[in-house]
Amino acid sequence: MTNSQLIASTAPRVQARTLTEQEVHDIEHELTLYPDKRAVGLEALKIVQKHQGWVSDESLLAVANFLEMSAHELDGVATFFNLIFRQPVGRKVMLFCNSVSCYIMGCEQIKAHISERLGIDYGETTADGQFTLIPVPCLGDCDRAPVMLMDGEQQRNLSIEKINEILAESAERE
Amino acid sequence: MTDTPLTKNIDMKREPFDFGLYRHAGGYDGVLRMLKEMAPADVLETVKNSGLKGRGGAGFPTGLKWSFVPTGENAPKTKYLVVNADEMEPGTFKDRLLMEGDPHLLIEGMLIAAYTIQANTAYIFLRGEYLRAETLLRTAIGQAKEQGLLGKNIQGSGFDLEIILHTSAGRYICGEETALLNALEGKRANPRAKPPFPQVSGLWGKPTIVNNVETLCNLPGIIRYGTQWYKDLGKGEDAGTKLFGVSGRVKHPGCWELPLGTPIRELVDGLAGGMSDGYQLRAFLPGGGSTDFLLPEHLDLTLDYDVIGKAGSRLATGTMIILDDHTCPVGMVGNLMRFFSHESCGWCTPCRDGLPWVDSIFRRLESGQGQESDLQILTEHLEYLGPGRTFCALAPGAMAPLGSALKHFRDDFEAHIRTGACPWQK
Repeated sequence: MTNSQLIASTAPRVQARTLTEQEVHDIEHELTLYPDKRAVGLEALKIVQKHQGWVSDESLLAVANFLEMSAHELDGVATFFNLIFRQPVGRKVMLFCNSVSCYIMGCEQIKAHISERLGIDYGETTADGQFTLIPVPCLGDCDRAPVMLMDGEQQRNLSIEKINEILAESAERE
Repeated sequence: MTDTPLTKNIDMKREPFDFGLYRHAGGYDGVLRMLKEMAPADVLETVKNSGLKGRGGAGFPTGLKWSFVPTGENAPKTKYLVVNADEMEPGTFKDRLLMEGDPHLLIEGMLIAAYTIQANTAYIFLRGEYLRAETLLRTAIGQAKEQGLLGKNIQGSGFDLEIILHTSAGRYICGEETALLNALEGKRANPRAKPPFPQVSGLWGKPTIVNNVETLCNLPGIIRYGTQWYKDLGKGEDAGTKLFGVSGRVKHPGCWELPLGTPIRELVDGLAGGMSDGYQLRAFLPGGGSTDFLLPEHLDLTLDYDVIGKAGSRLATGTMIILDDHTCPVGMVGNLMRFFSHESCGWCTPCRDGLPWVDSIFRRLESGQGQESDLQILTEHLEYLGPGRTFCALAPGAMAPLGSALKHFRDDFEAHIRTGACPWQK
């Protein structure tokens, strides 16, 4: 979403939603760790994302109100960081490393295979809402390249066979 | 005594040492003695004398960095220690090993650094994707607190320290120390103008030291065994040991602790087992994505900051990326340029506009649409995006592999233009 779209959409149609008790509790804990409210912006966005799956305009406004900062300033932070999602993502987010060691070890062929199997490119979500594919900077596992992070698990030494196994396992669990 | 002070407790096949096992192995002995017997100025002197240089990439002497923090009665009371655990340099996988392998070693190092500068709050700035490190560090911090090694009046010394774990959410630029401080303050992670340096005015305007994970992990050994032991660990000009990694088409990619001054060949041909069958070594980046290529003729150089510097590159993170003869050098450098272009924070014009331009030229070259004039434009960028032209070191770092590639792999670049295709794509 571009900034102008956000500005258009935030006034006055979009209303801040009410943060859940759990979200407020988690954000208040973070507030004890920093001398300044604004410093908690990123943590608060991560907390909301953990509970809601992504950060909607309504959530962004709610967090901004709670931290007494401008929504646009907070959105400046939200859109800066790779791991804050300002649009809905699939149930499983594939954080796919496409940095240099993974490149040398053939990650582009692996990525092409994922794209072919799932019908999505970087930044896209499958029609069934199951997977989102996002490139990430070097995941720091270069001796076991290619790698990706999915569902909190680092998947190492990726091959086309391994991708097929991961996808088959995901389908089974559904 | 040990000759592998960074990794002696690490065995990735089991869980890392908890507080009890770490203590049993002599952990926190140095800190307990320090709190009893040493004044902060004594610790500073010890670290200065040890010759420890920062392990995050720049190689700046740690003791000297600390010495810029104001001390005495007129110095600000609030000071901060910040750990740069935002490991994201392409091809770098060493701080992960330390944090997942021996989290208490980092906490002990933080105690030493914080005590020296008299900081009572320390933040660990951990990259958001390092989930296992996050869990292990939280547990270790909890244990250290329970055992009275963190908190108020530690071991009756009158020194207080709280450690707060901050997890980030991506973006390579956060590894730049002033951008990191902005991120920690809840702002976009753009770098700050220097001066003032963080040592004088850092986090929330207070004196702040930002140290890399591996740098801090060197401190417990130095305090426990002394500076002479530490200097003797190094085989060459530099003191101590360092983590060195090898990735790419070698038989056994991995990360090992070696004395500084070890010949590169021992690392690449020895520990990493040499090139995989059917692959030849063409070149390597000695310390992550922001370093200049070195060639096979450099394999007998030693892993010392100055030695690698004189050869025209940098030791930097010490994690090598191997370019083999089946990988297109233009493609490899194009991959790096895409990374740096994507990760530019957009704050200063040369980086924000220059790197995407470089990236677009690489896309053309790789798809066979390159022109002879493209190489001239790339060469001009080496100056426009070079040291002194940009706000921080991101773009100059990107120019290191580019400049050396244009020099060493000129024929490969020209072949892409001449044949209108990538010779590696069959």
